[in-house]
Amino acid sequence: MLKTMLNVALPKGRLGEKVYSMFQQAGYPCPSIEENNRKLIFENEEAGVRYFWVKPSDVAIYVERGAADIGVAGKDILLEYEPDIYELLDLKIGKCKMAVAAKKDFRDDKGRTLKVATKFSNIAGNFYRSKGRDIDIIHLNGSIEIAPILGLSDVIVDIVETGTTLKENDLTVFDTVVDISARLISNKASYKFKSGEIDRLTQKLAEQSEEQL
Amino acid sequence: MKSSQLNPGENLIFLLRELYDKYGYSRYKMNKFEEYDLYAKNKDFLISDGVITFTDTNGKLMALKPDVTLSIVKNTKDSGNTVQKLYYNENVYRVSKGTSSFKEITQVGLEAIGNIDEYCIFEVISLAVKSLVCAEKNCIMEISHLGLLSDIINYAGVPKSEIKKVIHFIGEKNVHELLAFCHTLGIEKEKAEFLANTAKIYGTPGDVLPWIRENLKDIADEKNIEIFENVMTALNQEENGDVIRIDFSVVDDLRYYNGFVFKGFAEGVPTSVLSGGQYDALMKNMKRQSGAIGFAVYLDSFESTASSEYDVDVLLVYSKNADIALLKKTADEIIAKGESVLMQTEKPDGIKYKRLLIEKDGEVVCVENNA
Repeated sequence: MLKTMLNVALPKGRLGEKVYSMFQQAGYPCPSIEENNRKLIFENEEAGVRYFWVKPSDVAIYVERGAADIGVAGKDILLEYEPDIYELLDLKIGKCKMAVAAKKDFRDDKGRTLKVATKFSNIAGNFYRSKGRDIDIIHLNGSIEIAPILGLSDVIVDIVETGTTLKENDLTVFDTVVDISARLISNKASYKFKSGEIDRLTQKLAEQSEEQL
Repeated sequence: MKSSQLNPGENLIFLLRELYDKYGYSRYKMNKFEEYDLYAKNKDFLISDGVITFTDTNGKLMALKPDVTLSIVKNTKDSGNTVQKLYYNENVYRVSKGTSSFKEITQVGLEAIGNIDEYCIFEVISLAVKSLVCAEKNCIMEISHLGLLSDIINYAGVPKSEIKKVIHFIGEKNVHELLAFCHTLGIEKEKAEFLANTAKIYGTPGDVLPWIRENLKDIADEKNIEIFENVMTALNQEENGDVIRIDFSVVDDLRYYNGFVFKGFAEGVPTSVLSGGQYDALMKNMKRQSGAIGFAVYLDSFESTASSEYDVDVLLVYSKNADIALLKKTADEIIAKGESVLMQTEKPDGIKYKRLLIEKDGEVVCVENNA
């Protein structure tokens, strides 16, 4: 029975709510999801859909491992973890960028190893490798902005939405690594068995994301 | 041993061996170790980077095999116009994605090395389809042709240095980024869209072959189109032809693979369970004149579908003074019905069973039925 439903992993939070409303408009409503409770799994048998709320950084894992057929994940997560999935659509929501930031008076001395603090070690590594730059990655799990202030690192590689946090910590953007937005992803095996349904849904979501432009 | 008592992976090994024997493939048994140098020279051919190495008593750096194909190629010689047809059933050692730890993987595979013609390609892919159906009736075999894909990429005018990235986007069916990347490369919109449509293609040979004939006739090498059409048509006419799909997002490293590449998926398993293709380019890298095609079935993929709800069908708990003849008769009757039975004098902790039978004072009664 689990196999006949389209299992969708949604990222918890504001982005997930926006994504759900797009799925709803695309013909996959699930009224129980709007009830105010702590449940994490919601299903609408009639519409043939089951939604899970999961941590945004875990969506790709749920999809890659087949617990969800499809899901919505940020491009940052896809670049960092490189899951073996299909990336079917840029939903053009949740837009932000991955950037290199440092203290305003930072001078990049190319004669020495650059210390980079980040949550996104793989993205930062690939970015500086493409530039042939020798770096020392300091992997942090949060409050990245304080690393250059305390002298832990020269720069940070992190997501920048409005730039307010950077400004308040006296940091500024020096370079853009990559533009980020939410992407519709699919498990490769699920796509083989549910391609008709997934393609139809992708098409409907594509129409909505075009309208948003 | 009854096949139903084996787990799906073990059962499959017997079925596949029988299948490959029927088509004249010989069993190839090999050592667990290989000189590390072989993998160092062909690192990108391996599925994962990690190799378990150790120094042999003579000082040579050795490895626990992460792959079987390379060893087979290394140990086979060019054989003129004939084809060496081999199959293997080996354990390989690779780094498991996500955990970064090594994993022992049981792999059954088949290789044809030599003068590979259209029939041989058909035979190998047909055996791959049969292997897949043996494992799981509800399955899909998706097939692509890297020669055709290369022709399309060349037609679009993708610079050689960017082909790897374009193939990566096609492999992800990532049409939006493929189009954006083509734009940055200055590729004409029409050609970029053609490339994007190629990435999206997914359908039965009946649906897709006419598209290929119509759209690729002025773009691709006629020989590539013809071989693809002939092999796909023959496969489609086979008993299991309905499981075949054409999908150009099945891609592989062009430095090793060329021509046909394919992947098998089984319902309920989230990753591909079979993977294969023509690897003439690898043969050339290893200074061989012959062509080659083969595939591997990843038996560990079926582990997730193999778990049973119960440890045993029937648990029979008997008293210390029970009559052996009665116990034997009861056990035989249960087994004759095709059920498994565990005889114990006490109920083991944590055991899950369908039925619990208790023998007391010479009588056997069912006291619990969970079925």
